[in-house]
Amino acid sequence: MKALLNNIIFVFVGDAQADRMVPPTGFTARLTLFASAAMAFLAVFAIALSLASGRLAQRWGQELAQSSTLRISAPAEQMAAQTAAALKVLETTPGIAQATAMSPDEQRALLAPWFGPDLPVEDLPIPQLIAIEETPEGYDAAGLRLRLQAEVPGAILDDHTRWRKPLQQAAGRLRLLGLLSIGLIALVTAAMITLAAQAALAANAKIIAVLRLVGAQDSYIAKAFVRRFTLRALYGATAGSFVGFLALFLLPAAQEQGGFLTGLGFQGLSAAWLLLIPILAAIVGFIATGTAARRTLKELR
Amino acid sequence: MIELNNVAYSYGGGELLSEIDLTIQPGDFYFLTGPSGAGKTTFLKLCYGDLTPTAGEARLFGQDVRTMDRDAHAMTRRRIGVVHQDCDFLDHLPLADNVALPLTVSDRNDLEQVANLKELLSWVGLKQRAKALPPELSGGERQRAALARAVIMSPDLVLADEPTGNVDWEMSQRLLQLLIELNKMGKTVIIATHDMNLIRAAKAKVQARVLRIANRHVQLAGADL
Repeated sequence: MKALLNNIIFVFVGDAQADRMVPPTGFTARLTLFASAAMAFLAVFAIALSLASGRLAQRWGQELAQSSTLRISAPAEQMAAQTAAALKVLETTPGIAQATAMSPDEQRALLAPWFGPDLPVEDLPIPQLIAIEETPEGYDAAGLRLRLQAEVPGAILDDHTRWRKPLQQAAGRLRLLGLLSIGLIALVTAAMITLAAQAALAANAKIIAVLRLVGAQDSYIAKAFVRRFTLRALYGATAGSFVGFLALFLLPAAQEQGGFLTGLGFQGLSAAWLLLIPILAAIVGFIATGTAARRTLKELR
Repeated sequence: MIELNNVAYSYGGGELLSEIDLTIQPGDFYFLTGPSGAGKTTFLKLCYGDLTPTAGEARLFGQDVRTMDRDAHAMTRRRIGVVHQDCDFLDHLPLADNVALPLTVSDRNDLEQVANLKELLSWVGLKQRAKALPPELSGGERQRAALARAVIMSPDLVLADEPTGNVDWEMSQRLLQLLIELNKMGKTVIIATHDMNLIRAAKAKVQARVLRIANRHVQLAGADL
């Protein structure tokens, strides 16, 4: 733990002496910065995608899961009796919080988008709808269907499962893809920083030989490289994620009908990712350079 | 200090050096001579652990070279000052920083050492050149700087490969004097050279022994110089 803390302090405060041992290289520095920035930019979108699809899955799940509908189709003279019987069955079913028969007005409102507002619902043989609200525990749909079949032959129970499942599945997959992309981005960042660090170590082989000759330990030599690449990863990722967030911020805000794309923003706590991406990039840079340096130094005499 | 038991070294192909049996004690002063290509530099590299013998056993300060890890090697280098034939420096740092490099990498860069650095630089005649970058130095200046860097840690052993190759007679006397002073303080010195005049000059001032490399063997030469 103490070693970790020392490492963190070292990365930010630095060892001015160790740092001077290796001449700065403009080109690889800029490349590392750019690569880290680009990867952070992509990471912002991958994370946004995962978060948005996660939210979407949750919303669809919640809205549809807690409610179901009972539809009663019966001849007009039996309608009232069957509705009353169905309500009775529903009231005695464990797991149902509330069951209300929809009034003609409510049914008219539901049909209005298709038939216009002046539809005489009362005169039409449309089925009676009963809205069911479940308790959090839910009810046994199969058991309820059997009871309804016996007592209310005209009733059809729709528990929304068949709508919910594919939607949730799609959202879940999308989320998985997002997480996979984040993982890939982290790996590619590590690979690029490793390559850049190895190139820097190879380019400075003569300096490393001189340092070894005068008694420098590997850890001392590695420090100079590790600090540089960690800071480059940090700065690059800070810039990249900032631009990424700016781009997301400039997208149109989510509407009531909450489409998928417009819901891509970050909400609430998830904005913490703005801080987390550069820190994760720095950790990736620290580990990648440290590993590369230790390996390369072993090969040099 | 350095024990070589039946040591041989080959770069692949035939052995360059073989059957070396030698023990170097603290306070010894050695010259190492032999035709160029005979293996003087290789012998010195065996002495500071840069090369591992292909046969036999080499012990530095009591440690077997084969069992030393990289950090142990680094620690050993701090007790051995090396002057390479091709003096390698960090070209982007000024001369003074290069000379102080052994102190820097071992975290001993304190005020007392800075005073030593100034004294040392004036001893090797580089006081005026302290801020110059290594590529701006002449061959002789580089050799003097390399010697200064080798002795700044006050090492137990100084290995110098042709330290006077590029300097005039007066300066080579000065550098020799520095090494003799160190030897009088109990440090061990090994100088590879084929400058017989230098060896004669040294023999007048210090009890120096001469190692000669001939026919792949390192032998102690007699007094016949």
